[in-house]
Amino acid sequence: MKLLTTSAPHVRTQDSTRKIMIDVLIALIPAVIAATYFFGFYALILAIVGVVSAELVELFIMRVLKKDKEFVPNGSAAVTGLLLALNVSVATPWWVLLIGVVFAIAIVKHVFGGLGQNTFNPALAGRVFLLVSFPSAMTTWYSPINKFFGMYPADIQTTATPLAVLKLQGFEAAKSFSYIDLFFGNRGGSLGETSIILLLLGFAYLVVRGRIKVMVPATYIGSVLLFSWIFYMVDPSKYGSPLFHILTGGLMLGALFMATDMVTSPMTIKGQAIFGVGCGLLTMVIRYFGGYPEGVSLSIIIMNALVPLIDRYTQPKIFGRRAA
Amino acid sequence: MTLLSFKGGVHPPEKKLTKNAEIKTAPLPQKVVVFMLQHAGAPAKPIVQVGQQVKTGQVIGEPQGTISAYVHSPVTGTVTSVSKINSPVHGMAVEAITIERTSDDDWELLPAVDYERASREELLDIVKKAGIVGLGGAMFPTHVKLAPPKPVDTLIINGAECEPYLTIDHRVMIERNDEVLLGIEITKKILGVKSVYIGIEYNKKDAIDLLEKKWAGKVQVVPLRTKYPQGAEKQLIKAITGKEVPSGGLPSDIGIVVQNVSTMLAIKQAIIDRKPLIERGMTLSGECVKENGNWWVRIGTPISWVIENLGKGFVEGIEEVKVLMGGPMMGIPVSSLDTPLLKGNNGITVIQEQERISTNCIRCSYCVFACPMNLQPYLLDLLSRKKKYDEAVAIGLLDCIECGSCSYSCPANVEHVKSIKLAKKVYKALRGGKK
Repeated sequence: MKLLTTSAPHVRTQDSTRKIMIDVLIALIPAVIAATYFFGFYALILAIVGVVSAELVELFIMRVLKKDKEFVPNGSAAVTGLLLALNVSVATPWWVLLIGVVFAIAIVKHVFGGLGQNTFNPALAGRVFLLVSFPSAMTTWYSPINKFFGMYPADIQTTATPLAVLKLQGFEAAKSFSYIDLFFGNRGGSLGETSIILLLLGFAYLVVRGRIKVMVPATYIGSVLLFSWIFYMVDPSKYGSPLFHILTGGLMLGALFMATDMVTSPMTIKGQAIFGVGCGLLTMVIRYFGGYPEGVSLSIIIMNALVPLIDRYTQPKIFGRRAA
Repeated sequence: MTLLSFKGGVHPPEKKLTKNAEIKTAPLPQKVVVFMLQHAGAPAKPIVQVGQQVKTGQVIGEPQGTISAYVHSPVTGTVTSVSKINSPVHGMAVEAITIERTSDDDWELLPAVDYERASREELLDIVKKAGIVGLGGAMFPTHVKLAPPKPVDTLIINGAECEPYLTIDHRVMIERNDEVLLGIEITKKILGVKSVYIGIEYNKKDAIDLLEKKWAGKVQVVPLRTKYPQGAEKQLIKAITGKEVPSGGLPSDIGIVVQNVSTMLAIKQAIIDRKPLIERGMTLSGECVKENGNWWVRIGTPISWVIENLGKGFVEGIEEVKVLMGGPMMGIPVSSLDTPLLKGNNGITVIQEQERISTNCIRCSYCVFACPMNLQPYLLDLLSRKKKYDEAVAIGLLDCIECGSCSYSCPANVEHVKSIKLAKKVYKALRGGKK
């Protein structure tokens, strides 16, 4: 009989990093279904390319470059790959997505030390990288075809996203998008961002499973509602209603699935609130005053960089000590 | 009903396999090994020689210094060795006295005292002479704890028993509550306090109901939410009174003394039965030992004897096992089955190792929400491993109660407690003496 003397505690949760990542992937399935319905067969291809290539790139880096023979994939790369795929237009060639995935996994994640060590959300950094490298592919949007596994005709007309319409033509023109269509996802945009209801469904799953820092989306969406309401009061014809702002662009996808990335968001409740409000404020500043119609990606990335600072100044009051 | 509790904590599987098992008296072992350090503070000094005959209850170790405790012979027999052996609790060799039993108990009793007439000092002196220490596991000398540096007004009895597997306090509350109540009356007198609470986790509903009925008007029974570490002193006080023990301070700083259920029983046995602390209740449990149960055992009984005779051996077909002094959350794994039981041993838990491969922290913040001290375990772990001790202390290294909630909840199996414990030791050694 061998006596083991490893350290306490001697019971551990049955939880694991892999289980968390699998839950996130499950939560994104509704968004993939929406993408396949609205943007057709090619959307599914892009999602699969994202997941598979991300895992392969990570496997290569860990096994070959970092010489970790023990490394077993944990699903974190798949989450990055899928999120990146859901963040591009259906007009994006698969090899462009592949370049984005390599950048996200190899540079943004592993150059900074790998899982848990990266400052920036790899999927978002990958998206911004593609946006500046392949601006045409990344900003060409097609109307939904509303048919599972459908194919676009060769002479497909491009469309403008609701936020682009708002930016260029004002809120009266943007009212051509009904709230119902926006809520269900019947509009042009990134593959995974359009169907608010299915994003919320996946989010609800994560909340039930305790896999998400709920304070982040609560404050993010809340602050967007507040800021856009203030501006809407000032000039309704120019700025768009609060509801319009949370239903359009990548706000829901960003707030529910990107800003909440565990690695790149703060550790304390107070910190998460500051982070969420910061994301909301920056998103609206970019939407109102920036050169791009949409600001979710950039605002989250900027806030990612502030996370160490936020963590440092939001340390909770230790039990038995006076508030600092 | 609202159940009181604290912020943070975790819910490990309760595994109270022996909660309905009546406490049985173990037969007397042939040999006992009695450590001279079975308490917080300075070790006791052996006062017997090899070859000497000793009686059950005879003093064999005398306290050295204020924070120390008497040690008594648990059996009647012959001293066969006085030597240093390895103590898993202290991580070093400690003096121990081995006694071969030669006959049934021939008692040497404590001085008689009439507790209703005796003065506070007389009672305290008997508690000291009985070698009583905190039986919840911390083993702090009780006579010191019952003479707090500041006046106290509240006594809290700890019946939370939040560690998985352990059920001895539960059984003591069910089976021996009259004696526990007597111990509480004596303790009240020593402390001069009026209000007494007992905190019990709600998974011991039978004990809550029983004591609410039997102790009505004497002790306020407080049902607590079943959550680990509900039985940690600071968390228990917080749950019952809403007060926080100041960082680096003692419960007496806020007018409170906490005592374990089993310690109350030991005080009754010392004052009324005149018996020093040589026997205690203990849970033997876990999936790797054949028979689980609650037992009255003599202190100093080797764990190998306990497993063979009370547990009837290990379950067959298991090659690696963990034998823990205490429960699975804070228990100390023994490296040798020759290790004897200590006064603080509320249980021996025999379980298998769970697979745990540490991987990178993914900043899920589960540890931050699990920490009952409102610390940031992920950061303490990081700073400890980087040897940044001053920074770690600044964010509460020394406030950590080592309950293990962080490591328990960690999906990446980060060993926060391990690195924090080591950092505390190194920090104290480096800063030795300097405040």
